[in-house]
Amino acid sequence: MKRLQYERPLIQRVNTGILNKFGTRTEFTPFTHIDDVSVKDLLQQYGSPLFVISEKGIREKYHEAVRAFTNRYPKVQFAWSYKTNYINAVCNIFHQEGSWAEVVSGFEYNKALQNGVPGEKIIFNGPDKTDEDIRSAIANKSPLHIDHLDELYRITELAEEAGVKPEVAIRINMDTGIYPMWDRFGFNYENGQAWDAINKIILANKLELVGLHCHIGTFMLSPSAYAVAAGKMADLALGIRNKFKKNIKYLDMGGGFASRNTLKGSYLQGADTSPSFDQFAEAICTALLNAGFLQDELPLLILETGRALVDEAGYLLGSVISNKRLADGRRATILDFGVNVLFTAFWYDHKISPAQEFSHYTEDSVLYGPLCMNIDVVRENCTLPPLRKGDHVVVHTVGAYNMTQWMQFISLRPAVVLIDKDRNAHLIRNRETLNSIEVEEVMPSYLKDFKL
Amino acid sequence: MNIRNNIALSDSGFLFDPSTGDSFSVNPIGMEIIRMIKGGKTDPEIRQYLLSTYQTDEATIEKDYYDFLKMVEQFHLIEKTDGKEKD
Repeated sequence: MKRLQYERPLIQRVNTGILNKFGTRTEFTPFTHIDDVSVKDLLQQYGSPLFVISEKGIREKYHEAVRAFTNRYPKVQFAWSYKTNYINAVCNIFHQEGSWAEVVSGFEYNKALQNGVPGEKIIFNGPDKTDEDIRSAIANKSPLHIDHLDELYRITELAEEAGVKPEVAIRINMDTGIYPMWDRFGFNYENGQAWDAINKIILANKLELVGLHCHIGTFMLSPSAYAVAAGKMADLALGIRNKFKKNIKYLDMGGGFASRNTLKGSYLQGADTSPSFDQFAEAICTALLNAGFLQDELPLLILETGRALVDEAGYLLGSVISNKRLADGRRATILDFGVNVLFTAFWYDHKISPAQEFSHYTEDSVLYGPLCMNIDVVRENCTLPPLRKGDHVVVHTVGAYNMTQWMQFISLRPAVVLIDKDRNAHLIRNRETLNSIEVEEVMPSYLKDFKL
Repeated sequence: MNIRNNIALSDSGFLFDPSTGDSFSVNPIGMEIIRMIKGGKTDPEIRQYLLSTYQTDEATIEKDYYDFLKMVEQFHLIEKTDGKEKD
């Protein structure tokens, strides 16, 4: 007799209480293929866990973003935010599409140079630029975005030393009506710091002020805040034109656009609440077009959005290690990936799907990672079919910040695979080995031997 | 151990406890186990049946079967046959 497909026996109390208007949310629809490539085959070939990036997903999202802005404003340039995902293959997809690079450290700057991005198309942001970084940026004609006065003075000194007048921008922070207001980066608009910095740069005449930069927050759910920001940026640019008869070449509105992820504690799903590129573009472009620039003096609009472009193209595939029952009766499922590789589990309720067929029965479960650390919780509560040891799951929308903020903690970091437009899988980062970590360690000779 | 006599079972996988008003949903394999318990089958008999009927192994059956029984007990759906009757 052929034996039947096994499913763990389940009994659940039926709770009839006040539900939200969407009813109980379940995530049991199996997700078996990414761009027509089998999840099972990918895990078999590259091991579990595994990050997978869809090239098609990236390019389609990028086109959507570019279209939203270029339909509304004549001069638009995107710059790929390296810190969001700086795996070289991912960066080069954006560079192939025409994106410049936006970096916030010497490490990222050198990565962009090595990827072949021309120096003048690498925007150098961030509060920590070493003398070596500044010299390199000046030599390569990369726009330096100044974060604080100490940096302004140091860039001026190093520019004099090099005998050149480098192109710079200043970062502006401002009140856009949102909380928290980011005021730790750059010069404040409202209290006059921004004008102070502008006056210093232009009157000293040692640096060429070509741009203004802002980045008002992260995972922004309110496009109207960008309209306020764009209005204030335009006000400064027009003020500079009136005061110094000087046109600012570009306004860099930074990034911060939300992806379709769901923030912990939010009532609605991210897919329902995150604004579209069209909404962000409408807010920013309308504010700039209405600001009073002459048509031939409209500044270039630079955008450094990272998360919204790459998050949905990334997947994390993993396997079930075990199931257990907690003391309070809740089901717990232990997965082979945790917060060490899925860093964004700290602030998102990631959508997680099973990667194989199940019946329609589901149960609530806490999803734990494999780390022997209490903090390693992937989801506090997730409604899934009864998963068995060895079953596979797919975590959605993980392309942003995980492959840069992941930790080599307790276990090694997984491989990353890119699925190209023709459905071929390419290994773009190897699974780490013990040697990848130990190669940087140095053992003093007197500690080499011991007897136990 | 047996399922309390006043617990109503439906064919479609629902249990109703008239003493509390609670309803429970049970998947098909869980329903089979409950019917076997009600029918007086012993633990080894039930486990052997599951092993011969479903594509799984003994360790999985043992783990899942006792976890299921524990949940049934926690929901106060059973009465102990040793005389210590649970409501």
